[in-house]
Parts: sequence; structure tokens; C-alpha cells
Amino acid sequence: MSSGFHIVVCGSLVPDPLQTLEPIQGPAGPALKNEMMLPSVLDPWAAHALFEAAGPKARLQQLMMSVAQKVPFELVALDGPASGFSDAYEVAEPLATAIEGIPGLERERLLVFGGCASASRDSGSTMQMVGERLGIVDQFVAVDKLTVQADGTLQLLERTEGGRYQVSVCDGPPAVVAWATGELPEPLNNPQVGMQNMRAIMPALQQAKPAAVGAQGMSFLRVEVPRQRRDTRVVKDLAVAEIASEIVEWIKG
Amino acid sequence: MEQILFLTHTEKDGALGKLALEALSGALKLTQELDGSTLTVGLVGGNVQPAAATIAGCGAGAFLGVTGEKFAVSRYVSDAAAFEALVRRREPSIVIAPATSRVSRALPGVAQRVGGRIDTHVTGLQVEGADLRIERWYYRQRMLAMLTREQRPWFMIIDGGTFEAWSGASGSAVVESVVVDLPALRTRVVGEQAATGGAATIRPDAGLLFVAGAGWTKKQSDGQAHIQEAEALILDFLRKSGASLGSSKSLVDQSGEGQEVLSFMTHLNQVGQTGSTPRHPRGLATCCHGEEPHVVGWRFIKERRAVNLDPNCGWAQGKADVLYVADAFQVMAKVNELLRGD
Repeated sequence: MSSGFHIVVCGSLVPDPLQTLEPIQGPAGPALKNEMMLPSVLDPWAAHALFEAAGPKARLQQLMMSVAQKVPFELVALDGPASGFSDAYEVAEPLATAIEGIPGLERERLLVFGGCASASRDSGSTMQMVGERLGIVDQFVAVDKLTVQADGTLQLLERTEGGRYQVSVCDGPPAVVAWATGELPEPLNNPQVGMQNMRAIMPALQQAKPAAVGAQGMSFLRVEVPRQRRDTRVVKDLAVAEIASEIVEWIKG
Repeated sequence: MEQILFLTHTEKDGALGKLALEALSGALKLTQELDGSTLTVGLVGGNVQPAAATIAGCGAGAFLGVTGEKFAVSRYVSDAAAFEALVRRREPSIVIAPATSRVSRALPGVAQRVGGRIDTHVTGLQVEGADLRIERWYYRQRMLAMLTREQRPWFMIIDGGTFEAWSGASGSAVVESVVVDLPALRTRVVGEQAATGGAATIRPDAGLLFVAGAGWTKKQSDGQAHIQEAEALILDFLRKSGASLGSSKSLVDQSGEGQEVLSFMTHLNQVGQTGSTPRHPRGLATCCHGEEPHVVGWRFIKERRAVNLDPNCGWAQGKADVLYVADAFQVMAKVNELLRGD
């Protein structure tokens, strides 16, 4: 096997998690109020995948201005809705097609990375479907660690129940790796990397292919933000011993 | 009228897990409420006969099984092949499965293979006449949707806590064996390991979730951080209370900001936007501001209390039932003292 991997990281943009989100009924189904005005971030799970590896066009450009300063990469952009109300099946199709269309991609060196879920749909399905569409049956989901071993095999830690990891060894690429949070922190901004990236990103954005992503066959009967505001009792002037006593009594039920 | 297939796998001990029994209740509900529907159980594991016997009295019309050493472990390629074989054998219109890590990994790919559609994190099933509707959350538990689909087969992965676990008489079940031809396996499962070498701090069945926020590792009123004291207090509390430990912020985020972290805290402890959404009946947050990206992980925590020095923190804004404005170091030391006296 020739050295090095061809790593493709799939990702999308999502509304900044600090924003208040309100659903509305749009012409093609549910949407978010003022969706085009909401500040976006790279989906956090996808960001972890990108850092471990190394939407609408206008907002994607804005997003890339910040993400591009983190790690060097080449961008293949798809111009389509990033709504959480779209169907994973319909998202997977253009992603797989775009990956197949990357010039010079070698299947025997291919690792397809992405987040194990999105902060919008939270389906946890898209990466498996992309893998199936590409004919890749060695797939790993909720991965926190990937180690390339001395013999070239890949050791992966996948999250399972009860705070445990399953340890697997894969012979090598091709494989799909849907990341959880990984182990690497968000890299600091590097203006040189940003300049290098942006030279290629701008043409890629201009050439972004339209992606028809929706939710055919799905009918949303209701989308609402449940009113779960609690009547909070704020206890300010109680002695520590009394607070502790209240808590212990509460814990014991 | 729907052909319903309940799909699941056995646990290491050969039994069915709690999540599987809960999802079985969901499948039975649909079978009863959708006129003329039938239920088939599909099991995957090293040996599924004992598991089938435990649910023999559930009312399923048939039991199918994929068994063998290669299906005893959780692995995408073998699980997807097994689930696909069961689906192709039965050709169901509805597939119901539990939200275990094993099912969640493999089933979306199976839906793709058979041209179906899948909904995960399903938290409700409703039948109106002949129409089936599901409930699920979007944008990380911020908004709840009810939806239906035209496509079949329609796969649904049922979240834990949605239904009561099925319980009933065991008996003898005739399991029809379904043979699967696996490709050459390129992935070997070599074992499992705890997220840390120390005590297990994640206890899904605990009655209390204890969240230790980033404030535990920050400078206190004397201008110094007290990491060791914080660790001792928290571990002592976990031992005495049996609580499950959660963190408010991703460990990778904290370490990326050059901040010290609690040594026993792992990635898996994180609750919220990029973490888990646990279902404990009670939750106690300490040294945590209650910001939205964290609190979305508390959606299914019924009773909530918090200890924080800031009376205007997020918890005070209708996100907790009680906010104690106090020093968590002092409060938890006293709590431990009281628990010690029991």
C-alpha cells in the first residue's frame, strides 16, 4: 500500500448552539425562524472529525473564513439546505456522489470521516449511509480514538454503553469513521494556514454544486418548542448545613 | 395493516437487555393498535434460543434468528449483514429496534441497503386510525416533532425510557434460523475497556445524575485552584450516593483552553450539545452555569437542582427547580458528612 491516507471529512453547518431556535412552517415544511440570519458554526461533531483528520453558499463562505485557519484542507462544497428537518437518506446521496467525484481519490487509501451525529437532526445515520453508498462495510461509529499501528492496521475505540469503549482492529482503508468528540482540542487559529486554505476555498465555493436535499415522503404534523420553564426557587441566604440537609433529603427521595 | 419486525441482539450473557425489552413493548403496542398487523421477532447473537425463550409469551407470531460466533460480537459488517438477512427474510413494512450502540451503528446502513428510511431517537409512537406517527426531537432536544412517512420499510430506533420494559411469561419458542454469508472479515473486535483506569463513574441506572461543572477546576475565593480537594469531594460523593457523573463541558474543550481537568473525567461523561442526554430521575448540577448547550442534555431529567455562586446563572432562568446560591465545595463537603452518618 502506498503511504498516507486519503481522508475525506463530511460536515455541515448548524446554528450557533447559543442561539434561541424557534420552529416555523415554511413552504416546504418546517424550518427555523430567521434561519438565514442565524449565525452558523461548523457542526461540532463534524468539527471534531476535521480536527482529528487534520449549506447555503453565502454562509458557508463566512464559516470557512474561521474554520480555514485551523487545519489545512481542500474543500468540496455542496450548495443545499442544512436544515435539521431534512432526511439523512437524502443528505447521504449527494455526499457520496461528491466523494466519488473527487479527482485522484484512491479507494484503498480512503478514510471517510464525519461526526457521529449532527447538532441539527441528531440522526446518527448519515455516515453509515454514505459508507453503504460507497460500498464500504468497515464502519465505526462514536469513535474517540484511532491509532495507526506499526503494521498499518487501524485500532479504533468506539463508545458503547456505561462509559466503556469497544476496541476493534481494522486491516486498513477503506473505512468509515464517525467521530464522537475525539481527543484533540480545537486548534488555535493560524493565519498562514488560513491564507493557504482560502486560495483554494473561494474557487471551490464558486463551483459548489447544488444539492437537492429535502424530506420526500415525510410529513411533519407538528414541530414545537415545549414550554418547560420551571418555577425556580432561588435559595440565597440558607446556611451551608441546611442546604446540605435539604439536598440529602431530596436525594433519598 | 403493517408487517412489524422487532429486531434486536443478545447481550454478552445471552439475555436481552433492558433497552431491547422496552422497544419490544413499543412493537407490541403498534401490533395491537394497528388493525390486522403481525409481529415477528428477529434476534442476532451467539446463541439466541435462551433469549427467545424469555419472550416466548410476548405474542409474536414468529421468531427468526441469526446465530454463531461471528454474531456474538458487535461489529458493523456482521451486524449489518445479520439485520439485513432478517429484514429480507420477513420483508416487513415497519422495523422496530432498541437504541443500543450496536443497533445504532448498524441499522442505518441496513435501511440504506433495502431502500427504506430510518428515524432514530424515537420517543413516542402514536396510532390514529390506520396512520402511524412518531415523536422525535430535533436540534438536540430543543424542539419536539410529530411526523409520519410514506416510505416502507420504515425503520425506527426507540430511545431508552420511552416504554416500560416488557415482562411476561417465558416459555419455549421455535426460532427459525436464517443463514448469512459474510464477506471476509477485515475488522476484529479485540475487547473492551473502561474510559478510565479508575472507578466507573457512568451509571446509566443510577437515580441521580451529578454534574461537575468546569467551576470545580477554577480559582476559588483564595485565588487558588483546588483540584485535588475537588476530586476527593466528588469521588466521595459518588461512592456514597451511587450517582452517575456528568460533565458540563467537553474534556477536549477544557484541555484545549489550557485548563486543568479532573483526572477521572472522560469524554464520555459529557452531557449536552456534543454529549449524552441521560434519563436519570434526578439531577444535581454543581459549579455549572446552566448554559443552553449544556442544559439541552438535561431534557429528560425530571427533578433538577443546582448549586452555584451566581444567583443569575442559567439555572435560575427556569431551568432548575431549585438553585442554591452557595459554594459547592462547602456544600458537598457537608453533604458527604451527612451521608457518612447514615
